[in-house]
Amino acid sequence: MTSTRAMSNNPQLNKNGQLQHLLTTEGLPASILLNILDTAEPFVGVTERDVKKVPLLRGKSIFNLFFEPSTRTRTTFEIAAKRLSADVINLNIAVSSQSKGETLLDTVNNLSAMHADMFVVRHAQSGAAHLIAQHVRPEIHVINAGDGRHAHPTQALLDMFTIRRCKRDFHNLRVAIVGDILHSRVARSQIHALTTLGVPEVRVIAPKTLLPAKVERLGVHVYHDMAKGLKDVDVLMMLRLQNERMLSARLPSTEEYFKYYGLTPEKLALAKPDAIVLHPGPMNRGVEIDSVVADGKQSVILPQVTFGIAVRMAVMSILAGS
Amino acid sequence: MNIAIRNGRVIDPKNSFDRVTNIYIRSGKIASLGDVPPGFEAHREINAQGLIVCPGLVDLSARLREPGLEYKATLESEMGAAVAGGVTSLACPPDTDPVLDEPGLVEMLKYRARGRNQTRVYPIGALTRGLRGEWLTEMAELHSAGCVAFGQSDRPLPNNRVLMQAMQYASTFGFCLWLRPQDVNLADGGVAHDGEVATRLGLAAVPVCAETVALSHIILMAKETGARVHLCRISSAEGVAMTRTARKQGLPITCDVAANHVHLSEMDIGFFDSNCHLVPPLRSLGDRDALRAGLLDGTIDAICSDHAPVDEDAKLLPFAEAEAGATGLELLLPLTLKWAAETKLPLVAALSRITGEPARILGVDAGHLTPGADADLCIFDPDHYWTIEASTLKSQGKNTPFLGWELQGKVKYTLINGNVVYAD
Repeated sequence: MTSTRAMSNNPQLNKNGQLQHLLTTEGLPASILLNILDTAEPFVGVTERDVKKVPLLRGKSIFNLFFEPSTRTRTTFEIAAKRLSADVINLNIAVSSQSKGETLLDTVNNLSAMHADMFVVRHAQSGAAHLIAQHVRPEIHVINAGDGRHAHPTQALLDMFTIRRCKRDFHNLRVAIVGDILHSRVARSQIHALTTLGVPEVRVIAPKTLLPAKVERLGVHVYHDMAKGLKDVDVLMMLRLQNERMLSARLPSTEEYFKYYGLTPEKLALAKPDAIVLHPGPMNRGVEIDSVVADGKQSVILPQVTFGIAVRMAVMSILAGS
Repeated sequence: MNIAIRNGRVIDPKNSFDRVTNIYIRSGKIASLGDVPPGFEAHREINAQGLIVCPGLVDLSARLREPGLEYKATLESEMGAAVAGGVTSLACPPDTDPVLDEPGLVEMLKYRARGRNQTRVYPIGALTRGLRGEWLTEMAELHSAGCVAFGQSDRPLPNNRVLMQAMQYASTFGFCLWLRPQDVNLADGGVAHDGEVATRLGLAAVPVCAETVALSHIILMAKETGARVHLCRISSAEGVAMTRTARKQGLPITCDVAANHVHLSEMDIGFFDSNCHLVPPLRSLGDRDALRAGLLDGTIDAICSDHAPVDEDAKLLPFAEAEAGATGLELLLPLTLKWAAETKLPLVAALSRITGEPARILGVDAGHLTPGADADLCIFDPDHYWTIEASTLKSQGKNTPFLGWELQGKVKYTLINGNVVYAD
């Protein structure tokens, strides 16, 4: 009896083992992740000089397919593509075809016919980017810019880039991810990237209502208490607490959440003195993070945004070259 | 017409019969096994050498999608699939459009099904009007129209008072309630088992307690009302354990499991395979093993196909948005044989779970080869390997997690009322 269901075939890699799509950080070898980080390094310089363009993607068409509203992520992808000299087409599909009943794949097929080279996809459903990658023509590359609760690989990669810039090596780090792990595509992608890159201890800290079942099977240590979870940590990765979580029975109030899980200077003091603080943005000041910490000297939140453009340039240029 | 089926290995689990012999069919009935009946002259001979002859399969859950959902499948297509799968009797859930909550609809379905001279269709009537979980249907009238039991299919019954009263009313008439235990609030929005895979893929989860909480309500109320209950498509180890305990206490509870769940687990979802979006969700490997153990010790009486053909477009969506369900009528036999082979279970025991046992639950005289019984038979080649592909399935639904699998056991002939209704 044989199954053709292909857990073994990573849908992100082509038959030569090169990156064909970037859908998730899970299952990618460390060499590919590191290659993305290495490729991003010189692009940081590009974004800092007067003429911010390189001609790597001249003549290529990149479609930003945003089935879910997003300004920040879409903008950073747009800037990254433009700095690579690509043509960028932004489609805010949440308010166009889908409301007319067109299916996801119909939309994608129509856009493929317009000779797209790359799709950057944001969708509210987990697995949407995989579905699109399975059905596009083989010359088209798909970048997942966030699918439901599943993955947000470029965010995780820019976090890895930031960590490497600050800490240089992944192999001696203790990293804590704090907040709504259950609903977070960012957290899932961070966990896979950190474990793949050899971080020996990844912790997640959250109340039980914000942790998915068997999360320890992803290779993390589970903490419910910030005082214990932050002890001796090198890197703190805060997650955004979405307001709609407050409408459910998961949490009683933002005040209580902030008291027990919000990052204050007092709690930060439990981590190593040189610990850095990351946040994928947008921040809820006073909910998951205190302004003093967000704007403090251990915060690397603004550099994350700058590096985000370089990392997305790296991903696009690697895909275009595969 | 008189038919002689020669030299097949005849397996009739209900009569504990397993021997190579001949079967003689006269006027639509089994005339005899072994000895030629007096004055018998065969009009047709079927050489069953190397084949297994067993009672036609009885499937406790097959959606035919009529009335109202013909874009997914039709009576014609799905009854063709049934006979190709050796299924000669099937129970269809009431979640058609409109739902089977009025005698006229049930009579029409029975009439249209009968007109095809194929698989016998036993409708499960809606327990509540419109399956809305509020008002009871006219169960006695529906029973007269042909309903063999009453249930909610996969629609929620959130009000325990309604469930309690439904049990009292149904048991007044001796009707059986077919219930799939699932707490509507705990399952709300979930599309996958609350385990490792849903966590990895970021899918909204259905916890095991969605099944066990509802199951505890059902068991407690069955105990109090004395109602007969059939548990449909149980999915968890804990659910099996609770059912086992309830049965040991002597409660009139029976239970089935879907063939998909006997073989698959959450792991099979892989990278969002929407064919594995099933209701109830595929659970952990431990749950799957407990389901197998439950089948083996009789806690679970029967395996059903849980046939739910879905049109292709409805599966070409992100996992959570894709419609749940899988085609199954043609896979019930090979998946049961696969389970038997893997657990080294004798065929006579394995086949009972898709013949005599489900017939007993349905309360119909089918699923056995006793002389005088209707000649509903399935003749299959146990050594024939075939690959599950869209082109090898008769069902209009081509959606199954087993696409691409090579399975053993292929139906060669299906007989209903002594007529050959399918020949491969």
